[in-house]
Amino acid sequence: MTTNRDRKMRPKPDDRLITRLRTGLFGTWLNSAITVVLGLLLLWFLPPLLRWLVFDATWHGTLLDCQAHDGACWASVAAKLRFIIFAFYPIELQWRPLLVCLLLGGVLAITAVPQFWRRELVISWPIVILLCWLLMAGLPGSARVSTNQWGGLPVTLLVWTLCFAVSIPLAVLLSLARRSRMRALRLMTIAYIEFMRAIPMVAMLYFATLILPMALPAGLSIDKMPRAIIMISLFWTAYIAEVMRGGLQAVPLGQEEAASSLGFGYWRAMRLIILPQALRMVIPGLVTQAIGFLLATSLLAVIGIVDILNAAKAAAADPNWLGFYKEAFFIVAVLYFVIGYGGSRYSHWLERRLALPR
Amino acid sequence: MKAVPSDSSAAKKRGMRHPIAAWLGPKPLLQLGIVIGVVALVAVLGSNIATTMARIGVTPGFGFLERAANFEVGDNMIGFRAGDSYARAIVAGLLNTAKIAVLGCCLATVLGVALGIMRLSGNLMLSGLVRWYVEIVRNTPLLLQLFFWTALAHALPPPRSAITAFDVVFLSNRGVYVPGVVISNLSVGTALASTIVFGCWLWLVWRGWRVKRVGLLAPLPASFLSIVVLGIVLAAGRASISIELPAISGFNIGGGFSLTPEFAALLVGLTVKFSAIIAEIVRAGLLSVRREQWDAALALGLHRGKVIRLVVLPQALRVITPLTTSSYLDLVKDSSLAVAIGYPDLMNIVNTTANTTGQAFESLLIVVLLYLALNLTVSAFMNLYNSRVALRGERAA
Repeated sequence: MTTNRDRKMRPKPDDRLITRLRTGLFGTWLNSAITVVLGLLLLWFLPPLLRWLVFDATWHGTLLDCQAHDGACWASVAAKLRFIIFAFYPIELQWRPLLVCLLLGGVLAITAVPQFWRRELVISWPIVILLCWLLMAGLPGSARVSTNQWGGLPVTLLVWTLCFAVSIPLAVLLSLARRSRMRALRLMTIAYIEFMRAIPMVAMLYFATLILPMALPAGLSIDKMPRAIIMISLFWTAYIAEVMRGGLQAVPLGQEEAASSLGFGYWRAMRLIILPQALRMVIPGLVTQAIGFLLATSLLAVIGIVDILNAAKAAAADPNWLGFYKEAFFIVAVLYFVIGYGGSRYSHWLERRLALPR
Repeated sequence: MKAVPSDSSAAKKRGMRHPIAAWLGPKPLLQLGIVIGVVALVAVLGSNIATTMARIGVTPGFGFLERAANFEVGDNMIGFRAGDSYARAIVAGLLNTAKIAVLGCCLATVLGVALGIMRLSGNLMLSGLVRWYVEIVRNTPLLLQLFFWTALAHALPPPRSAITAFDVVFLSNRGVYVPGVVISNLSVGTALASTIVFGCWLWLVWRGWRVKRVGLLAPLPASFLSIVVLGIVLAAGRASISIELPAISGFNIGGGFSLTPEFAALLVGLTVKFSAIIAEIVRAGLLSVRREQWDAALALGLHRGKVIRLVVLPQALRVITPLTTSSYLDLVKDSSLAVAIGYPDLMNIVNTTANTTGQAFESLLIVVLLYLALNLTVSAFMNLYNSRVALRGERAA
């Protein structure tokens, strides 16, 4: 605690920006030296980058215009943007994936606002995801589009949200089972979680492409995309369960005892008393986890599913615009970065907001 | 023991229960039902797999490991050639994964610790640059970064006009060349003797730093002595050690230690990604040591270096070590992204094996078990280290 006397004795900090910059950059000899060296490094590094990004770039035109300049060929991105976002989805039906992206983006934006956290939102998520799936596949009575033709941004968003949505209820059950006093159940849960967390996601994707079709009964076959979704959900469940367990462990033991002394059964106590407190604590952690998962969806490329990263790669293989990988990857990287960085800032904000007053 | 209100009546009942039921805990029948359900599910899936294998004409079992693998492994440490057995191919892949994991963990730790300290620097430009490095690297997919590094590795000039630093390191589109250590004429006895000398040196240094808590440079005399003894041992065994520099010869670069473009890209990609993660861990660890600890140590008259080594670091390491362990595990797992850029790691070779033999189930079983083993090895080593840095009270647990 700072007393009044302390405050008087301490010199008043001069926190004007210019002073902060001066002490931060040239406060001591060492500081000045570091600043000068880094400044020179930036001078060496930045101008060529800026020349490539902006000054020497081609903003519109054809392949020939691009070849005439040294810089980035943003014209290729402009020409291929439709493909990067929607990939091989039939052009005449492209309003569907567009609607799916808007719908998922809208619900995500609404979910980000704590004022909207209520029962209706939780119920609307499965409905929205199901609707998106039907939109992509073709509503009954309209043209069907096989999942093999899906691609680009809607695939990334749909796989991400769908797997996450499936994983959460499973993870709650697993985390409860891991803390249960039923030993056989607990041991099986631990084995499952530790197994999943020890193997790479690529292995799960190979399970989806190679083993799952063999394990299905004869005559039954599922497309590659739903198979991947099943395996990814099972994989993410283990990770989310561990986050949930952290939240459950942070709920004081007295809460459970108080609930059972009030005559609450196990499920009622969990549903009304323990889980609400645990979930409140893990939400920022879940947001961080979700961002990690979004980045991980890019691994779908390994088994040949056209997510947005794979679509960018395929776009640069177009003979009319051959080889503009840097530009296509740059755009996708910016997209991931905006979501990822925004998400991590949001997670920090949420953590402060949800912190219980002490 | 948890004090649950119904415990006394439950305890009375438990006294008469069968030991298995007592071990299982509450609701033994429900648990038995769940176990039977899981076993049944696994059995159904297993029998489906067996049926499918019979239908496509694949004999289950691990006999295929003995058969000849007709593919090349571009970069391997055991001299694998097409025609060797699948088992040998998988060993080559496992060694490649181990190589990338060990090198990646070391480099990522060195770079990450340096970045983490720089991030806390008083210099605004330095901390700001590191901050944006960390944010950009952490918020873009590793696969995208690997594509970038692979493209960069292949866009390097051809060997004849390779980028070189002091004619010691060469960067070309055929690979990266660094000086290599060549040991020739090494007999088993000499190797064993030098390993013992090296082990003694490690033990001396470790004892000095961790047990006797001597200064950072105190093991220097012992190190000189060890080098001299090592030299005598090697001379006595008539082994020779030389450093071979890479050099341009004709259209290629010969000599030294070469990294294929894919290996270099994977190594750089993993190092960059995990250095950013470790930098954040190091920063969090250093910030977790309270300011007062610095002030108190400085007031006792310790100079800055000793404050960091004796007061700050031991406390920060308690936070840093468990978190670093999990990022090492992530690095091992993420090295499997090699499949996407064509480096022959464990996952890549097992995938090829599965596709050429049709023994997908057995192959994936092997890969899963090997990754489990790799993970357990890393965690075992890190837990050993963690028990050294943890609080004394924590160590007992």
